[in-house]
Amino acid sequence: MKEEDVIIRTVIRLIVPFIQIFGLYVIFHGGSGPGGGFQGGVILAASMILYVMAFGVHEGRRRLTEKTNMIMRSTGLFIYSGIGLLAVIFGGKYLDYGAVPLPFIDHPSEIRAILIDGGVEVGVGITVMAVMVTIFFELYPGGTPDD
Amino acid sequence: MRLLPLITVLLVGGLLIWSAQDMPDVGDPDAPTNLHVAPYYIKHSEEEVGVENMVSAILADYRGYDTLGETTVIFTAGVSVLLLLRRRED
Repeated sequence: MKEEDVIIRTVIRLIVPFIQIFGLYVIFHGGSGPGGGFQGGVILAASMILYVMAFGVHEGRRRLTEKTNMIMRSTGLFIYSGIGLLAVIFGGKYLDYGAVPLPFIDHPSEIRAILIDGGVEVGVGITVMAVMVTIFFELYPGGTPDD
Repeated sequence: MRLLPLITVLLVGGLLIWSAQDMPDVGDPDAPTNLHVAPYYIKHSEEEVGVENMVSAILADYRGYDTLGETTVIFTAGVSVLLLLRRRED
């Protein structure tokens, strides 16, 4: 397994957690500033890609296994459409977030804001991140397990 | 033989530049695209959706179906990459 120079590895080991924190910030801050699920998911995927480029595919696969990636890929979309379906169950229209009754919050616009920030954007982010990492692993030499 | 594509490109390019003269200025508040639903979003998105970022309010709430479709497209792209690019020995 070819690994990069020790300086590159150390710098990337230091910088990856900060990139991931920033990615999470972009996802969760999507409602009140620039950003959102798509952008944050891509930043999270970029941190993973950077890690694999320095430490090799096997180390990257150990951190994010094929199985976990597969589950994450579907989970994000499931969260999004599940929230939409939840609104139908509680008597609203599909994706009409205001119809979902959350405890202690009675104003529909606040419910909408909470579900957008904590549900929809997170779901989009998870799917985008998992798909970007999937494409990278498939295109990277030696990235597929049966190669 | 080479002259014909060049003439076509110049002609079509000139046509596009000429017709672009009639387009409204960038960010013109009186442009037709800015008079349809945009004023409603600007006025009501904060009280209706509760999200400060107007872009997020439109993206995730008013155009929720669109964003769900976009996410599905990305998901489908990931699955397609897996199906098409993964080599396996049958």
